[in-house]
Amino acid sequence: MIKAILIFNNHGKPQLSKFYQPYSEDTQQQIIRETFHLVSKRDENVCNFLEGGLLIGGSDNKLIYRHYATLYFVFCVDSSESELGILDLIQVFVETLDKCFENVCELDLIFHVDKVHNILAEMVMGGMVLETNMNEIVTQIDAQNKLEKSETFIFQSPRQDR
Amino acid sequence: MALKMVKGSIDRMFDKNLQDLVRGIRNHKEDEAKYISQCIDEIKQELKQDNIAVKANAVCKLTYLQMLGYDISWAAFNIIEVMSASKFTFKRIGYLAASQSFHEGTDVIMLTTNQIRKDLSSPSQYDTGVALTGLSCFVTPDLARDLANDIMTLMSHTKPYIRKKAVLIMYKVFLKYPESLRPAFPRLKEKLEDPDPGVQSAAVNVICELARRNPKNYLSLAPLFFKLMTSSTNNWVLIKIIKLFGALTPLEPRLGKKLIEPLTNLIHSTSAMSLLYECVNTVIAVLISLSSGMPNHSASIQLCVQKLRILIEDSDQNLKYLGLLAMSKILKTHPKSVQSHKDLILQCLDDKDESIRLRALDLLYGMVSKKNLMEIVKKLMTHVDKAEGTTYRDELLTKIIDICSQSNYQYITNFEWYISILVELTRLEGTRHGHLIAAQMLDVAIRVKAIRKFAVSQMSALLDSAHLLASSTQRNGICEVLYAAAWICGEFSEHLQEPHHTLEAMLRPRVTTLPGHIQAVYVQNVVKLYASILQQKEQAGEAEGAQAVTQLMVDRLPQFVQSADLEVQERASCILQLVKHIQKLQAKDVPVAEEVSALFAGELNPVAPKAQKKVPVPEGLDLDAWINEPLSDSESEDERPRAVFHEEEQRRPKHRPSEADEEELARRREARKQEQANNPFYIKSSPSPQKRYQDTPGVEHIPVVQIDLSVPLKVPGLPMSDQYVKLEEERRHRQKLEKDKRRKKRKEKEKKGKRRHSSLPTESDEDIAPAQQVDIVTEEMPENALPSDEDDKDPNDPYRALDIDLDKPLADSEKLPIQKHRNTETSKSPEKDVPMVEKKSKKPKKKEKKHKEKERDKEKRKEKEKKAEDLDFWLSTTPPPAPAPAPVPSTGELSVNTVTTPKDECEDAKTEAQGEEDDAEGQDQDKKSPKPKKKKHRKEKEERTKGKKKSKKQPPGSEEAAGEPVQNGAPEEEQLPPESSYSLLAENSYVKMTCDIRGSLQEDSQVTVAIVLENRSSSILKGMELSVLDSLNARMARPQGSSVHDGVPVPFQLPPGVSNEAQYVFTIQSIVMAQKLKGTLSFIAKNDEGATHEKLDFRLHFSCSSYLITTPCYSDAFAKLLESGDLSMSSVKVDGIRMSFQNLLAKICFHHHFSVVERVDSCASMYSRSIQGHHVCLLVKKGENSVSVDGKCSDSTLLSNLLEEMKATLAKC
Repeated sequence: MIKAILIFNNHGKPQLSKFYQPYSEDTQQQIIRETFHLVSKRDENVCNFLEGGLLIGGSDNKLIYRHYATLYFVFCVDSSESELGILDLIQVFVETLDKCFENVCELDLIFHVDKVHNILAEMVMGGMVLETNMNEIVTQIDAQNKLEKSETFIFQSPRQDR
Repeated sequence: MALKMVKGSIDRMFDKNLQDLVRGIRNHKEDEAKYISQCIDEIKQELKQDNIAVKANAVCKLTYLQMLGYDISWAAFNIIEVMSASKFTFKRIGYLAASQSFHEGTDVIMLTTNQIRKDLSSPSQYDTGVALTGLSCFVTPDLARDLANDIMTLMSHTKPYIRKKAVLIMYKVFLKYPESLRPAFPRLKEKLEDPDPGVQSAAVNVICELARRNPKNYLSLAPLFFKLMTSSTNNWVLIKIIKLFGALTPLEPRLGKKLIEPLTNLIHSTSAMSLLYECVNTVIAVLISLSSGMPNHSASIQLCVQKLRILIEDSDQNLKYLGLLAMSKILKTHPKSVQSHKDLILQCLDDKDESIRLRALDLLYGMVSKKNLMEIVKKLMTHVDKAEGTTYRDELLTKIIDICSQSNYQYITNFEWYISILVELTRLEGTRHGHLIAAQMLDVAIRVKAIRKFAVSQMSALLDSAHLLASSTQRNGICEVLYAAAWICGEFSEHLQEPHHTLEAMLRPRVTTLPGHIQAVYVQNVVKLYASILQQKEQAGEAEGAQAVTQLMVDRLPQFVQSADLEVQERASCILQLVKHIQKLQAKDVPVAEEVSALFAGELNPVAPKAQKKVPVPEGLDLDAWINEPLSDSESEDERPRAVFHEEEQRRPKHRPSEADEEELARRREARKQEQANNPFYIKSSPSPQKRYQDTPGVEHIPVVQIDLSVPLKVPGLPMSDQYVKLEEERRHRQKLEKDKRRKKRKEKEKKGKRRHSSLPTESDEDIAPAQQVDIVTEEMPENALPSDEDDKDPNDPYRALDIDLDKPLADSEKLPIQKHRNTETSKSPEKDVPMVEKKSKKPKKKEKKHKEKERDKEKRKEKEKKAEDLDFWLSTTPPPAPAPAPVPSTGELSVNTVTTPKDECEDAKTEAQGEEDDAEGQDQDKKSPKPKKKKHRKEKEERTKGKKKSKKQPPGSEEAAGEPVQNGAPEEEQLPPESSYSLLAENSYVKMTCDIRGSLQEDSQVTVAIVLENRSSSILKGMELSVLDSLNARMARPQGSSVHDGVPVPFQLPPGVSNEAQYVFTIQSIVMAQKLKGTLSFIAKNDEGATHEKLDFRLHFSCSSYLITTPCYSDAFAKLLESGDLSMSSVKVDGIRMSFQNLLAKICFHHHFSVVERVDSCASMYSRSIQGHHVCLLVKKGENSVSVDGKCSDSTLLSNLLEEMKATLAKC
């Protein structure tokens, strides 16, 4: 199971947080801070696994992260997930973002957190990996976007919606 | 973007969308909080609008603010409003907000049930998808219960996109509503073989999660997973399955044996590191489960260790980390193979990466020996000094202690060194592990007698040194060692150099800042110390000195009496009175020392942690029974613990009232001894009976390592452990030299009178003699009790609820709750029918009920046995080790075992598969000569088909056991003729196709055709495609976008000898007639010589029986149905039947999907339902050599066709 997925930048500012276990908002912020603290002090060329922080912790859990330019992608998982598999999954996630946003950068994530959530929802559901095939994910996202567009169009034309 | 368009389209007064909000926050860095509170006010205004677009925009912004840590629970109702918007765009926003902010405590969540149900059944797959995704995050027990059935229906949705989401969410539903697991499990299992890889992967995922928590319930799925493992090419699925096997092997060592080979092959062949790593991990798990019983697996261990070394040496830190992680697993069972890589691991200890250092630390545990312990610990101590982060330092600390104390301090040769290491560790600031150090100090001081003197000197120094006391509040952890220090100084006060000094140290006012439990120990041990000082002084005749000490006590003790801690206060005031009494006696010049020290006479022996539990409960003693009638609930609660405490007190001489004089004491002690001797249940300290100081120290019976040599260590104050390393080296060197010398002048040595115990010529590990006379006092246990770890499970574990036996057939009561008022057409009635029927049928069947239950029990037992047998069989047929372990043939062989019959029984199987020709004969044979292997095998096969039948039998609402309405004498009771529902479709020299057609439960007018393809050639079959010519009445469901003429690919390849099953869905318009469809299987056969394109034509025969779904029916409902008069009637008669009625019924049930409603003598009523909801009722009567079947059905054509088919079946009997 994946317990949480966090994206934050080099300053610890969250760009996306997805918790698959309920925590209060305060605890969530605390977890983000703590995770940032743990992850940010690590060198570039050390391993991508961290034995969990205290909050989200439990001895079973691990933090698996990747650092891309200004962003950290952190997955907190328990022992049923394969470490290298999750690293691959992060890669797939980032590549999918790249495809959907066309050369993704931090600003895309900052301004379109809802879209990032939608993409993530096609990959991980309720803490379990749903799909790892990038093409499949992109197809579904495109189809949903198309649906959304068509709705906006309908919505736009009559103008009496108000 | 969409939102932008929304924004552009309507000129709202609140025109801030998410992007604007984010931008605004970024522009207000200084007064962010103020800006956001403004925004929230705006959002509140927006939420008051009627326009759903405005609301959605507001909710979208709230979701963002939630991420920043703002509580948005106040908007929960608005979120639900947006969720129920008709447009997908808004719905998605609503569900996202809900998934981010809803939890079990959200009270409005119950309002969502109907909305979610509506969305789940929405015609748009994305509405359904978004609802499932949202639900997966906030599902509550109530939602799970109410929606379980809807989700289960979705598991068989036509779109794989929905199927996989539905399958995945079932795990969450199981967690919240464990009762749903058993009813849903058959379908979940079915999904393991779904044609869509995504769905399959989801099902594997869910079952792996389930099995990880309660592996034993899923052992029976092992053959299925084995098949998947050998056939799947999806690495994700493979990793999950392999991980699952890792959890299953400890329960079934035979499984491990079976796994080793394919796993080893995978290790050799795969290029994916992740897969390789998981394979290695599971092989390790297998090896652990096989333990040392299998010597020929050393090759596998070597392979693993070798691969892991490659990982550890890799420049990729991730691989290095994982390599170490896996290595530590091998360490537990095969330490030798890891030890050879010590160099590598020590190297990793210096890695700059903390995670890697931690892993290396874990491994060190198994690396130490007597020879290198000091060296390694020294290295660790330097790391301790360097470590900044407290986590890593604490980890180091625990590791040092673990390493040193492992297997009863096996590797410690010099305990003085160890004590000084412990003392050094006390200088750590802010560690949480003070109690660990304290426990070690106590343990060593108690169990190693020879070290006590040294320990006491160190401890008194600790007590004296101010650094631990300095700021006890801040470094709360480390002051725990004072607990140990005080106790050791008190208990072994006879070893103290300057007891008076220590006494003063312990009575300092600063002590009162310590935590209560430590103060309590201080108080208690101050008295011990006082007693021994008193004795010393009196013996020396210094009456004044003795009185001075007493005065000191009287002066200082009141500070403890004032303590807020109850324990401290109680002890202190008690002791203060005692000391005052002594003072009075002293004033009269009465010698008191003897009596005071008698208070603490006797030695404490270490008691094994589980000793108390191991005391057998004497026969006839019921610990739970009340001795007296309980007065009231509240009172009884306190009573028991008090009794326990009281008893404990009596056992310890220390706690006794001290006023009694010496004689009295002795008398009582004698009496108690007597009593204990007579009491068989008293925990006697044998084999080391309780000693006193006065007694001769009876150490003969203690296993003692007697080495009479010590380096004269005169280290004042707190020594540094480092010097021990040097000293130890010297000592060893000297030892060696002396040994050499000794060998030369053995006689001379004897004259000197020095005893040396070891005289081995080579210096091995064992050769290093401990520096002290070490007697590790073994921990006491009751006689005949063996220490064992029974791991008690945590009762609060949420996964415990899912520990459910899945092999048991379902009971009537186990069904998913179903929405009662549902606007579905009546033809889809099983959901509605069955509960109704059940309610009605309850009354008249009271008598039968017992009988029924009994039978069900019987069946359950039978089923269980069968399951076990099946697994046994599967596990026992390990193929003889192939000379060349090529992966393909061996796995082929295995999966043949699981899928179809092996070759030697091919004939048998064929006849079965083809249908019915020689069934009677075959069955006779079976009865006459029960060949165990064959039968088992058949059973297995039967089981398989039965399993399928079961899942097919299951209408969404009414569950299993009801599917076998065994009322009086079920056909299952007798031995069933082995049958298969798979019939031959076509075959040629390459491939054999068998198929089974079953009605689909979910969709009207759909049937699922399961085609088993068996490769009979020596070529690999790939690129298989199935093309079927649709008729007007029957169409094949094809993937979206493909045309009618396109072939549908078969989702797998077939290596030689392997078979696999593919499923296709067909839509049938009219089911009243049987029909045939022509089709072609095209494939490429590839062998060493090349590849050829081949074709195989076949005809799919949809019989009318294949449109029927076995549906249970109760007799009263059945009677009602017949009475209703809506049914047309028809009948057939078949002559010349010799088969028993029992088997006849079984045959009809099996081939035509009927269930027996009631059976009286040679007459039985049967029922079934078509996929389009036609009721079919039969009355089967057997006469002399003939059988007549009367049928009633809502469609006459269907009935007549069915009866024709039945006639054909019966004619063969």
